[in-house]
Amino acid sequence: MKYLCIVYAEDRTFDAMSESELAALDEASLANDEELRRSGHLIVAQALQPVATATTVRVRNGRMSATDGPFAETTEQLGGFVFIEARDLNEAIEIAGRLPMAKIGSIEVRPVLDLVQTVQDRRAISDPPRP
Amino acid sequence: MIDADATRDQIDSIYRAESRSVLATLIRLLGDFDLAEEAVQDAFVAATDQWPRDGMPGNPRSWLISAGRFKAVDRLRRRARFDAALDELAMRLDQHAPDPAEIDPDHVDDDRLRLIFTCCHPALSPDAQVAMTMREVCGLTTEVIARAFLTSPQTVAQRIVRAKSKIRIAHIPYEVPSRAVMPERLEAVLRVVYLVFNEGYAPSSGTSLTRPDVSSEAIRLGRLLVELLPDPETEGLLALMLLHESRHAARTSPEGELVLLPDQDRATWDRDLIAEGLTLVRRSLASDEVGPYAIQAAIAAVHADAPVAESTDWGRVVGLYDRLLVADRSPVIELNRAVAVAMRDGPEVGLELIDALVAPGPLDEYHLAHAAKADLLRRLGETSAARGAYERALDLARTEPERRFLARRIAELRS
Repeated sequence: MKYLCIVYAEDRTFDAMSESELAALDEASLANDEELRRSGHLIVAQALQPVATATTVRVRNGRMSATDGPFAETTEQLGGFVFIEARDLNEAIEIAGRLPMAKIGSIEVRPVLDLVQTVQDRRAISDPPRP
Repeated sequence: MIDADATRDQIDSIYRAESRSVLATLIRLLGDFDLAEEAVQDAFVAATDQWPRDGMPGNPRSWLISAGRFKAVDRLRRRARFDAALDELAMRLDQHAPDPAEIDPDHVDDDRLRLIFTCCHPALSPDAQVAMTMREVCGLTTEVIARAFLTSPQTVAQRIVRAKSKIRIAHIPYEVPSRAVMPERLEAVLRVVYLVFNEGYAPSSGTSLTRPDVSSEAIRLGRLLVELLPDPETEGLLALMLLHESRHAARTSPEGELVLLPDQDRATWDRDLIAEGLTLVRRSLASDEVGPYAIQAAIAAVHADAPVAESTDWGRVVGLYDRLLVADRSPVIELNRAVAVAMRDGPEVGLELIDALVAPGPLDEYHLAHAAKADLLRRLGETSAARGAYERALDLARTEPERRFLARRIAELRS
Protein backbone atom coordinates (compact mmCIF):
# COMPACT_ATOMS: atom_id res chain seq x y z
CA MET A 1 0.00 0.00 0.00
CA LYS A 2 1.43 3.39 -1.01
CA TYR A 3 1.04 6.54 1.07
CA LEU A 4 2.14 10.11 0.44
CA CYS A 5 3.42 11.87 3.56
CA ILE A 6 2.92 15.54 2.84
CA VAL A 7 5.04 17.82 5.00
CA TYR A 8 3.56 21.15 6.09
CA ALA A 9 5.37 23.79 8.11
CA GLU A 10 5.25 27.52 8.70
CA ASP A 11 7.87 29.53 6.82
CA ARG A 12 8.60 31.49 9.96
CA THR A 13 9.54 28.27 11.80
CA PHE A 14 12.59 28.07 9.54
CA ASP A 15 13.24 31.83 9.86
CA ALA A 16 13.47 31.39 13.62
CA MET A 17 16.02 28.58 13.36
CA SER A 18 19.75 29.17 13.56
CA GLU A 19 22.13 28.14 10.78
CA SER A 20 23.35 25.16 12.83
CA GLU A 21 19.81 24.05 13.73
CA LEU A 22 18.84 24.11 10.03
CA ALA A 23 21.97 22.13 9.16
CA ALA A 24 21.14 19.52 11.82
CA LEU A 25 17.54 19.23 10.54
CA ASP A 26 18.72 18.71 6.93
CA GLU A 27 21.23 16.08 8.02
CA ALA A 28 18.61 14.27 10.10
CA SER A 29 16.12 14.31 7.20
CA LEU A 30 18.66 12.87 4.77
CA ALA A 31 19.69 10.20 7.28
CA ASN A 32 16.04 9.26 7.82
CA ASP A 33 15.47 9.05 4.04
CA GLU A 34 18.46 6.71 3.81
CA GLU A 35 17.10 4.52 6.59
CA LEU A 36 13.69 4.33 4.89
CA ARG A 37 15.39 3.44 1.60
CA ARG A 38 17.32 0.63 3.26
CA SER A 39 14.20 -0.80 4.95
CA GLY A 40 12.42 -0.78 1.60
CA HIS A 41 9.79 1.80 2.60
CA LEU A 42 10.99 4.80 0.58
CA ILE A 43 9.76 5.37 -2.97
CA VAL A 44 10.87 8.99 -3.23
CA ALA A 45 11.43 11.92 -0.86
CA GLN A 46 11.76 15.54 -1.86
CA ALA A 47 12.00 18.87 -0.06
CA LEU A 48 10.69 21.98 -1.83
CA GLN A 49 11.81 25.61 -2.16
CA PRO A 50 9.75 28.15 -0.12
CA VAL A 51 6.28 29.16 -1.41
CA ALA A 52 7.70 32.55 -2.47
CA THR A 53 9.07 30.65 -5.47
CA ALA A 54 5.72 29.04 -6.39
CA THR A 55 3.78 29.67 -9.60
CA THR A 56 0.18 28.50 -10.00
CA VAL A 57 -1.02 27.36 -13.43
CA ARG A 58 -4.64 26.96 -14.61
CA VAL A 59 -6.41 26.35 -17.91
CA ARG A 60 -9.91 27.84 -18.13
CA ASN A 61 -12.01 27.97 -21.28
CA GLY A 62 -8.97 26.77 -23.18
CA ARG A 63 -6.81 29.66 -21.92
CA MET A 64 -3.79 29.01 -19.80
CA SER A 65 -2.85 31.40 -17.02
CA ALA A 66 0.18 31.39 -14.75
CA THR A 67 0.11 33.47 -11.55
CA ASP A 68 2.58 34.21 -8.81
CA GLY A 69 2.21 32.40 -5.50
CA PRO A 70 0.85 29.14 -4.10
CA PHE A 71 -2.63 27.73 -4.82
CA ALA A 72 -3.84 28.48 -1.28
CA GLU A 73 -2.54 31.11 1.13
CA THR A 74 -2.31 29.27 4.44
CA THR A 75 -0.12 29.65 7.50
CA GLU A 76 1.30 26.15 7.11
CA GLN A 77 2.83 25.65 3.69
CA LEU A 78 3.63 22.53 1.70
CA GLY A 79 7.35 22.08 2.27
CA GLY A 80 8.05 18.66 0.81
CA PHE A 81 6.86 15.09 0.57
CA VAL A 82 7.91 11.53 1.30
CA PHE A 83 6.30 8.85 -0.83
CA ILE A 84 6.36 5.49 0.95
CA GLU A 85 5.33 1.87 0.74
CA ALA A 86 3.78 0.66 4.02
CA ARG A 87 1.92 -2.43 5.20
CA ASP A 88 -1.07 -0.40 6.40
CA LEU A 89 -2.03 2.97 7.91
CA ASN A 90 -0.50 2.08 11.28
CA GLU A 91 2.90 1.53 9.70
CA ALA A 92 2.51 4.69 7.60
CA ILE A 93 1.67 6.69 10.76
CA GLU A 94 4.71 5.22 12.50
CA ILE A 95 6.96 6.23 9.58
CA ALA A 96 5.44 9.72 9.41
CA GLY A 97 6.01 10.11 13.15
CA ARG A 98 9.71 9.37 12.69
CA LEU A 99 10.23 12.10 10.05
CA PRO A 100 12.39 14.83 11.63
CA MET A 101 9.98 17.43 10.18
CA ALA A 102 7.13 15.97 12.30
CA LYS A 103 8.71 17.67 15.33
CA ILE A 104 8.37 21.18 13.86
CA GLY A 105 5.62 20.86 11.25
CA SER A 106 2.69 18.54 10.46
CA ILE A 107 2.63 15.48 8.24
CA GLU A 108 -0.53 14.66 6.31
CA VAL A 109 -0.68 10.96 5.45
CA ARG A 110 -2.74 10.14 2.35
CA PRO A 111 -3.32 6.74 0.76
CA VAL A 112 -2.87 6.69 -3.02
CA LEU A 113 -5.77 6.20 -5.40
CA ASP A 114 -4.94 3.48 -7.91
CA LEU A 115 -6.14 5.12 -11.13
CA VAL A 116 -5.32 2.12 -13.32
CA GLN A 117 -7.53 -0.11 -11.14
CA THR A 118 -10.26 2.56 -11.00
CA VAL A 119 -10.32 2.89 -14.78
CA GLN A 120 -10.35 -0.92 -15.24
CA ASP A 121 -13.20 -1.32 -12.74
CA ARG A 122 -15.20 1.41 -14.47
CA ARG A 123 -14.72 -0.25 -17.86
CA ALA A 124 -15.70 -3.65 -16.43
CA ILE A 125 -18.96 -2.24 -15.08
CA SER A 126 -19.91 -0.39 -18.27
CA ASP A 127 -18.92 -3.34 -20.48
CA PRO A 128 -19.33 -6.61 -18.55
CA PRO A 129 -17.54 -9.67 -19.92
CA ARG A 130 -19.90 -12.01 -21.79
CA PRO A 131 -20.08 -15.62 -20.59
CA MET B 1 -37.83 -34.42 20.53
CA ILE B 2 -36.66 -30.83 19.99
CA ASP B 3 -38.51 -28.04 21.77
CA ALA B 4 -38.63 -25.48 18.95
CA ASP B 5 -39.88 -22.61 21.14
CA ALA B 6 -37.15 -23.12 23.71
CA THR B 7 -34.58 -23.21 20.89
CA ARG B 8 -35.90 -19.90 19.56
CA ASP B 9 -35.55 -18.33 23.00
CA GLN B 10 -32.03 -19.69 23.18
CA ILE B 11 -31.22 -18.18 19.77
CA ASP B 12 -32.43 -14.79 21.07
CA SER B 13 -30.17 -14.93 24.07
CA ILE B 14 -27.25 -16.20 21.98
CA TYR B 15 -27.83 -13.26 19.66
CA ARG B 16 -27.60 -10.81 22.56
CA ALA B 17 -24.53 -12.47 24.06
CA GLU B 18 -22.60 -13.55 20.98
CA SER B 19 -23.55 -11.51 17.92
CA ARG B 20 -20.78 -8.93 18.58
CA SER B 21 -18.12 -11.64 19.01
CA VAL B 22 -19.27 -13.38 15.86
CA LEU B 23 -19.13 -10.03 14.05
CA ALA B 24 -15.63 -9.30 15.40
CA THR B 25 -14.30 -12.64 14.14
CA LEU B 26 -16.06 -12.40 10.78
CA ILE B 27 -14.54 -8.95 10.16
CA ARG B 28 -11.12 -10.57 10.58
CA LEU B 29 -11.93 -13.55 8.36
CA LEU B 30 -13.70 -11.53 5.65
CA GLY B 31 -11.67 -8.33 5.88
CA ASP B 32 -14.70 -6.11 5.47
CA PHE B 33 -17.13 -4.56 7.97
CA ASP B 34 -20.22 -4.47 5.76
CA LEU B 35 -19.75 -7.97 4.42
CA ALA B 36 -19.26 -9.25 7.98
CA GLU B 37 -22.41 -7.51 9.23
CA GLU B 38 -24.50 -9.04 6.46
CA ALA B 39 -22.88 -12.40 7.23
CA VAL B 40 -23.86 -12.16 10.93
CA GLN B 41 -27.48 -11.49 9.97
CA ASP B 42 -27.43 -14.34 7.43
CA ALA B 43 -25.93 -16.71 10.01
CA PHE B 44 -28.66 -15.97 12.55
CA VAL B 45 -31.37 -16.31 9.91
CA ALA B 46 -29.92 -19.75 9.08
CA ALA B 47 -29.81 -20.63 12.79
CA THR B 48 -33.46 -19.64 13.25
CA ASP B 49 -34.31 -21.85 10.30
CA GLN B 50 -32.22 -24.92 11.19
CA TRP B 51 -31.74 -25.15 14.95
CA PRO B 52 -35.43 -25.57 15.92
CA ARG B 53 -35.60 -28.38 13.36
CA ASP B 54 -32.19 -30.08 13.72
CA GLY B 55 -31.32 -29.16 17.31
CA MET B 56 -28.68 -26.85 18.76
CA PRO B 57 -25.11 -27.34 17.58
CA GLY B 58 -22.49 -28.24 20.20
CA ASN B 59 -20.69 -24.93 19.81
CA PRO B 60 -23.18 -22.31 18.61
CA ARG B 61 -20.57 -19.58 18.19
CA SER B 62 -18.33 -21.67 15.89
CA TRP B 63 -21.41 -22.76 13.96
CA LEU B 64 -22.45 -19.12 13.47
CA ILE B 65 -18.96 -18.06 12.38
CA SER B 66 -18.72 -20.91 9.83
CA ALA B 67 -22.25 -20.28 8.57
CA GLY B 68 -21.56 -16.54 8.30
CA ARG B 69 -18.38 -17.13 6.34
CA PHE B 70 -20.10 -19.55 4.02
CA LYS B 71 -22.97 -17.11 3.40
CA ALA B 72 -20.51 -14.30 2.69
CA VAL B 73 -18.73 -16.37 0.04
CA ASP B 74 -22.15 -17.10 -1.43
CA ARG B 75 -23.05 -13.42 -1.52
CA LEU B 76 -19.75 -12.52 -3.16
CA ARG B 77 -20.33 -15.20 -5.83
CA ARG B 78 -23.74 -13.78 -6.64
CA ARG B 79 -22.34 -10.25 -6.84
CA ALA B 80 -19.37 -11.47 -8.91
CA ARG B 81 -21.71 -11.75 -11.88
CA PHE B 82 -21.47 -7.95 -12.02
CA ASP B 83 -17.96 -7.49 -10.72
CA ALA B 84 -15.21 -9.90 -11.75
CA ALA B 85 -12.90 -8.76 -8.94
CA LEU B 86 -15.29 -10.21 -6.35
CA ASP B 87 -15.09 -13.64 -7.93
CA GLU B 88 -11.40 -13.76 -7.12
CA LEU B 89 -12.10 -12.68 -3.54
CA ALA B 90 -14.82 -15.31 -3.16
CA MET B 91 -12.48 -17.97 -4.47
CA ARG B 92 -9.68 -16.92 -2.14
CA LEU B 93 -12.04 -16.97 0.87
CA ASP B 94 -13.42 -20.33 -0.17
CA GLN B 95 -10.03 -21.98 -0.58
CA HIS B 96 -8.62 -20.66 2.65
CA ALA B 97 -11.11 -22.09 5.07
CA PRO B 98 -10.11 -20.99 8.57
CA ASP B 99 -8.28 -23.40 10.77
CA PRO B 100 -10.57 -24.44 13.67
CA ALA B 101 -7.90 -22.87 15.92
CA GLU B 102 -8.67 -19.52 14.32
CA ILE B 103 -12.10 -19.47 15.88
CA ASP B 104 -11.08 -20.75 19.30
CA PRO B 105 -11.97 -18.65 22.37
CA ASP B 106 -8.55 -16.94 22.66
CA HIS B 107 -8.74 -15.75 19.10
CA VAL B 108 -12.30 -14.64 19.66
CA ASP B 109 -11.22 -12.46 22.61
CA ASP B 110 -8.49 -10.95 20.45
CA ASP B 111 -11.06 -10.26 17.76
CA ARG B 112 -13.22 -8.31 20.21
CA LEU B 113 -10.20 -6.19 21.15
CA ARG B 114 -9.33 -5.74 17.46
CA LEU B 115 -12.84 -4.45 16.88
CA ILE B 116 -12.67 -2.01 19.81
CA PHE B 117 -9.25 -0.64 18.82
CA THR B 118 -10.26 -0.30 15.18
CA CYS B 119 -13.44 1.61 16.07
CA CYS B 120 -11.40 3.90 18.37
CA HIS B 121 -8.57 4.42 15.88
CA PRO B 122 -7.15 7.96 16.13
CA ALA B 123 -7.37 8.33 12.34
CA LEU B 124 -11.17 8.44 12.75
CA SER B 125 -12.80 11.64 14.03
CA PRO B 126 -13.78 11.60 17.73
CA ASP B 127 -17.50 11.65 16.77
CA ALA B 128 -16.97 8.73 14.42
CA GLN B 129 -15.06 6.78 17.10
CA VAL B 130 -18.00 7.09 19.49
CA ALA B 131 -20.58 6.23 16.82
CA MET B 132 -18.57 3.24 15.56
CA THR B 133 -18.02 1.90 19.09
CA MET B 134 -21.70 2.19 20.01
CA ARG B 135 -22.82 0.63 16.73
CA GLU B 136 -20.25 -2.10 16.07
CA VAL B 137 -18.99 -3.01 19.55
CA CYS B 138 -22.14 -2.41 21.61
CA GLY B 139 -24.56 -3.28 18.82
CA LEU B 140 -26.79 -0.24 19.49
CA THR B 141 -28.96 0.94 16.63
CA THR B 142 -28.30 4.24 14.85
CA GLU B 143 -31.63 5.47 16.32
CA VAL B 144 -30.45 4.91 19.91
CA ILE B 145 -27.06 6.49 19.18
CA ALA B 146 -28.75 9.47 17.52
CA ARG B 147 -31.04 9.96 20.53
CA ALA B 148 -28.08 9.81 22.92
CA PHE B 149 -26.27 12.56 21.02
CA LEU B 150 -29.33 14.58 19.99
CA THR B 151 -28.69 14.23 16.33
CA SER B 152 -30.51 12.54 13.48
CA PRO B 153 -30.11 8.84 12.67
CA GLN B 154 -29.05 9.95 9.17
CA THR B 155 -26.13 11.93 10.61
CA VAL B 156 -25.03 8.94 12.70
CA ALA B 157 -25.40 6.58 9.75
CA GLN B 158 -23.35 8.91 7.58
CA ARG B 159 -20.59 9.12 10.21
CA ILE B 160 -20.45 5.32 10.30
CA VAL B 161 -20.40 4.99 6.51
CA ARG B 162 -17.55 7.54 6.27
CA ALA B 163 -15.58 5.82 9.04
CA LYS B 164 -15.91 2.40 7.39
CA SER B 165 -14.88 3.82 4.06
CA LYS B 166 -11.78 5.39 5.65
CA ILE B 167 -10.94 2.09 7.35
CA ARG B 168 -11.14 0.38 3.95
CA ILE B 169 -9.46 2.96 1.72
CA ALA B 170 -6.67 4.08 4.07
CA HIS B 171 -6.07 0.47 5.19
CA ILE B 172 -6.58 0.93 8.91
CA PRO B 173 -5.51 -2.55 10.04
CA TYR B 174 -7.73 -4.82 12.08
CA GLU B 175 -5.33 -5.42 14.93
CA VAL B 176 -4.57 -4.90 18.60
CA PRO B 177 -1.94 -2.12 18.78
CA SER B 178 1.71 -2.94 19.39
CA ARG B 179 3.13 -2.53 22.88
CA ALA B 180 4.92 0.68 21.81
CA VAL B 181 1.72 2.59 21.04
CA MET B 182 -0.61 0.69 23.40
CA PRO B 183 -0.71 3.37 26.16
CA GLU B 184 -2.01 6.12 23.83
CA ARG B 185 -4.34 3.80 22.00
CA LEU B 186 -5.81 2.44 25.24
CA GLU B 187 -6.25 6.00 26.51
CA ALA B 188 -8.32 6.78 23.40
CA VAL B 189 -10.49 3.69 23.98
CA LEU B 190 -11.08 4.60 27.63
CA ARG B 191 -11.98 8.16 26.61
CA VAL B 192 -14.62 6.82 24.21
CA VAL B 193 -16.04 4.44 26.82
CA TYR B 194 -16.20 7.26 29.41
CA LEU B 195 -17.87 9.56 26.90
CA VAL B 196 -20.49 6.92 26.13
CA PHE B 197 -21.07 6.40 29.86
CA ASN B 198 -21.40 10.11 30.57
CA GLU B 199 -23.87 10.60 27.75
CA GLY B 200 -25.99 7.89 29.39
CA TYR B 201 -25.42 8.94 32.99
CA ALA B 202 -25.77 12.70 32.57
CA PRO B 203 -27.00 13.58 29.08
CA SER B 204 -25.72 17.00 28.03
CA SER B 205 -29.21 18.03 26.95
CA GLY B 206 -32.73 16.78 26.49
CA THR B 207 -35.71 15.91 28.63
CA SER B 208 -34.55 12.90 30.62
CA LEU B 209 -32.07 12.77 33.47
CA THR B 210 -30.38 9.54 32.43
CA ARG B 211 -30.28 7.09 29.54
CA PRO B 212 -29.73 3.76 31.29
CA ASP B 213 -29.45 1.76 28.05
CA VAL B 214 -26.42 3.82 27.02
CA SER B 215 -24.66 3.86 30.41
CA SER B 216 -25.13 0.13 30.94
CA GLU B 217 -23.56 -0.55 27.52
CA ALA B 218 -20.54 1.52 28.61
CA ILE B 219 -20.26 -0.54 31.80
CA ARG B 220 -20.49 -3.77 29.82
CA LEU B 221 -17.68 -2.52 27.62
CA GLY B 222 -15.65 -1.52 30.70
CA ARG B 223 -16.08 -5.03 32.14
CA LEU B 224 -15.00 -6.58 28.85
CA LEU B 225 -11.87 -4.40 28.76
CA VAL B 226 -10.96 -5.25 32.37
CA GLU B 227 -11.38 -8.92 31.52
CA LEU B 228 -9.35 -8.85 28.31
CA LEU B 229 -6.80 -6.13 29.04
CA PRO B 230 -6.37 -5.67 32.78
CA ASP B 231 -4.69 -2.31 33.44
CA PRO B 232 -4.94 0.05 36.47
CA GLU B 233 -6.66 2.80 34.46
CA THR B 234 -9.10 0.38 32.82
CA GLU B 235 -10.00 -0.88 36.30
CA GLY B 236 -10.17 2.72 37.53
CA LEU B 237 -12.59 3.66 34.78
CA LEU B 238 -14.83 0.65 35.41
CA ALA B 239 -14.81 1.44 39.15
CA LEU B 240 -15.72 5.07 38.43
CA MET B 241 -18.64 4.01 36.23
CA LEU B 242 -19.89 1.40 38.72
CA LEU B 243 -19.75 3.79 41.70
CA HIS B 244 -21.66 6.47 39.78
CA GLU B 245 -24.15 3.95 38.46
CA SER B 246 -24.75 2.70 42.04
CA ARG B 247 -26.48 6.02 42.81
CA HIS B 248 -28.71 5.74 39.75
CA ALA B 249 -32.01 5.17 41.60
CA ALA B 250 -31.28 7.86 44.21
CA ARG B 251 -30.46 10.58 41.68
CA THR B 252 -34.04 10.94 40.52
CA SER B 253 -37.11 11.51 42.69
CA PRO B 254 -40.30 9.53 41.98
CA GLU B 255 -41.51 12.64 40.13
CA GLY B 256 -38.44 12.56 37.85
CA GLU B 257 -36.72 15.47 39.60
CA LEU B 258 -32.98 15.78 40.15
CA VAL B 259 -31.75 14.85 43.66
CA LEU B 260 -28.27 16.12 44.58
CA LEU B 261 -25.68 13.96 46.35
CA PRO B 262 -26.22 15.34 49.92
CA ASP B 263 -30.00 14.87 49.65
CA GLN B 264 -29.95 11.34 48.20
CA ASP B 265 -31.42 8.41 50.11
CA ARG B 266 -28.26 6.34 50.53
CA ALA B 267 -30.28 3.25 51.42
CA THR B 268 -31.26 3.03 47.74
CA TRP B 269 -27.66 3.01 46.50
CA ASP B 270 -26.83 -0.30 44.82
CA ARG B 271 -24.60 -2.13 47.32
CA ASP B 272 -23.46 -4.79 44.81
CA LEU B 273 -22.20 -2.20 42.35
CA ILE B 274 -20.49 -0.34 45.22
CA ALA B 275 -18.76 -3.51 46.45
CA GLU B 276 -17.55 -4.32 42.93
CA GLY B 277 -16.41 -0.71 42.44
CA LEU B 278 -14.58 -0.51 45.77
CA THR B 279 -12.62 -3.71 45.09
CA LEU B 280 -11.51 -2.33 41.73
CA VAL B 281 -10.55 1.08 43.22
CA ARG B 282 -8.39 -0.58 45.86
CA ARG B 283 -6.64 -2.73 43.29
CA SER B 284 -6.13 0.23 40.96
CA LEU B 285 -4.79 2.54 43.71
CA ALA B 286 -2.32 -0.14 44.82
CA SER B 287 -0.64 -0.12 41.41
CA ASP B 288 2.49 1.87 40.55
CA GLU B 289 0.77 4.11 38.06
CA VAL B 290 -2.35 5.73 39.44
CA GLY B 291 -4.12 7.63 36.66
CA PRO B 292 -6.97 10.14 36.48
CA TYR B 293 -9.77 7.54 36.25
CA ALA B 294 -8.52 5.71 39.34
CA ILE B 295 -8.34 9.00 41.28
CA GLN B 296 -11.86 9.99 40.22
CA ALA B 297 -13.04 6.53 41.22
CA ALA B 298 -11.33 7.00 44.60
CA ILE B 299 -13.30 10.25 45.07
CA ALA B 300 -16.54 8.43 44.25
CA ALA B 301 -15.46 5.74 46.73
CA VAL B 302 -15.18 8.33 49.54
CA HIS B 303 -18.87 9.16 48.98
CA ALA B 304 -19.80 5.49 48.72
CA ASP B 305 -18.06 4.88 52.06
CA ALA B 306 -19.99 7.60 53.91
CA PRO B 307 -23.21 6.22 55.46
CA VAL B 308 -24.64 9.77 55.65
CA ALA B 309 -23.63 12.93 53.77
CA GLU B 310 -22.40 14.57 57.00
CA SER B 311 -19.79 11.87 57.58
CA THR B 312 -18.06 12.46 54.21
CA ASP B 313 -14.28 12.73 54.56
CA TRP B 314 -13.95 16.07 52.70
CA GLY B 315 -10.26 16.35 53.59
CA ARG B 316 -9.59 13.17 51.62
CA VAL B 317 -11.75 14.41 48.73
CA VAL B 318 -9.74 17.68 48.54
CA GLY B 319 -6.47 15.70 48.67
CA LEU B 320 -7.62 13.48 45.80
CA TYR B 321 -8.63 16.51 43.71
CA ASP B 322 -5.15 17.94 44.33
CA ARG B 323 -3.67 14.74 42.89
CA LEU B 324 -6.08 14.85 39.98
CA LEU B 325 -5.05 18.43 39.17
CA VAL B 326 -1.44 17.30 38.86
CA ALA B 327 -2.51 14.81 36.18
CA ASP B 328 -5.02 17.08 34.45
CA ARG B 329 -5.27 20.83 35.15
CA SER B 330 -8.81 21.27 33.93
CA PRO B 331 -11.04 24.09 35.22
CA VAL B 332 -13.91 21.64 35.81
CA ILE B 333 -11.69 19.71 38.24
CA GLU B 334 -10.75 23.01 39.93
CA LEU B 335 -14.47 23.72 40.33
CA ASN B 336 -15.08 20.33 41.94
CA ARG B 337 -12.11 20.86 44.23
CA ALA B 338 -13.49 24.30 45.20
CA VAL B 339 -16.78 22.70 46.22
CA ALA B 340 -14.93 20.12 48.35
CA VAL B 341 -12.85 22.89 49.95
CA ALA B 342 -16.09 24.74 50.78
CA MET B 343 -17.37 21.60 52.51
CA ARG B 344 -14.15 21.23 54.49
CA ASP B 345 -13.30 24.88 55.31
CA GLY B 346 -16.60 26.75 54.89
CA PRO B 347 -18.46 28.48 52.04
CA GLU B 348 -16.37 31.72 52.05
CA VAL B 349 -13.16 29.89 51.13
CA GLY B 350 -14.88 27.92 48.37
CA LEU B 351 -16.58 31.01 47.00
CA GLU B 352 -13.26 32.78 46.54
CA LEU B 353 -11.98 29.82 44.48
CA ILE B 354 -15.12 29.63 42.33
CA ASP B 355 -15.11 33.39 41.69
CA ALA B 356 -11.73 32.98 40.03
CA LEU B 357 -13.24 30.42 37.62
CA VAL B 358 -16.39 32.33 36.54
CA ALA B 359 -16.56 35.86 35.05
CA PRO B 360 -14.14 36.39 33.41
CA GLY B 361 -12.73 32.92 34.06
CA PRO B 362 -12.80 29.76 31.92
CA LEU B 363 -16.12 28.44 33.31
CA ASP B 364 -18.27 31.54 32.79
CA GLU B 365 -20.47 29.63 30.32
CA TYR B 366 -20.70 26.49 32.49
CA HIS B 367 -24.04 26.26 34.32
CA LEU B 368 -22.72 24.05 37.12
CA ALA B 369 -20.09 26.67 38.10
CA HIS B 370 -22.85 29.27 38.59
CA ALA B 371 -25.05 26.74 40.37
CA ALA B 372 -22.20 25.88 42.78
CA LYS B 373 -21.53 29.56 43.40
CA ALA B 374 -25.23 30.16 44.03
CA ASP B 375 -25.37 27.30 46.51
CA LEU B 376 -22.47 28.72 48.56
CA LEU B 377 -24.00 32.23 48.52
CA ARG B 378 -27.31 30.73 49.66
CA ARG B 379 -25.59 29.04 52.57
CA LEU B 380 -23.93 32.35 53.51
CA GLY B 381 -27.40 33.96 53.55
CA GLU B 382 -26.60 36.25 50.59
CA THR B 383 -30.03 35.73 49.11
CA SER B 384 -30.10 38.21 46.25
CA ALA B 385 -26.57 37.37 45.02
CA ALA B 386 -27.51 33.68 45.23
CA ARG B 387 -30.64 34.30 43.16
CA GLY B 388 -28.59 36.13 40.52
CA ALA B 389 -26.18 33.20 40.23
CA TYR B 390 -29.04 30.65 40.02
CA GLU B 391 -30.63 32.73 37.27
CA ARG B 392 -27.38 32.77 35.30
CA ALA B 393 -27.14 28.96 35.76
CA LEU B 394 -30.74 28.59 34.56
CA ASP B 395 -29.90 30.59 31.42
CA LEU B 396 -27.07 28.18 30.62
CA ALA B 397 -28.60 24.82 31.68
CA ARG B 398 -29.75 22.59 28.82
CA THR B 399 -31.56 19.60 30.32
CA GLU B 400 -35.14 19.95 31.49
CA PRO B 401 -34.69 18.32 34.95
CA GLU B 402 -31.73 20.61 35.70
CA ARG B 403 -33.72 23.65 34.61
CA ARG B 404 -36.64 22.66 36.85
CA PHE B 405 -34.25 22.14 39.78
CA LEU B 406 -32.70 25.59 39.34
CA ALA B 407 -36.12 27.24 38.92
CA ARG B 408 -37.23 25.60 42.18
CA ARG B 409 -34.20 26.99 44.02
CA ILE B 410 -34.91 30.48 42.66
CA ALA B 411 -38.53 30.23 43.81
CA GLU B 412 -37.41 29.09 47.30
CA LEU B 413 -35.15 32.14 47.60
CA ARG B 414 -38.02 34.48 46.67
CA SER B 415 -40.26 33.22 49.44
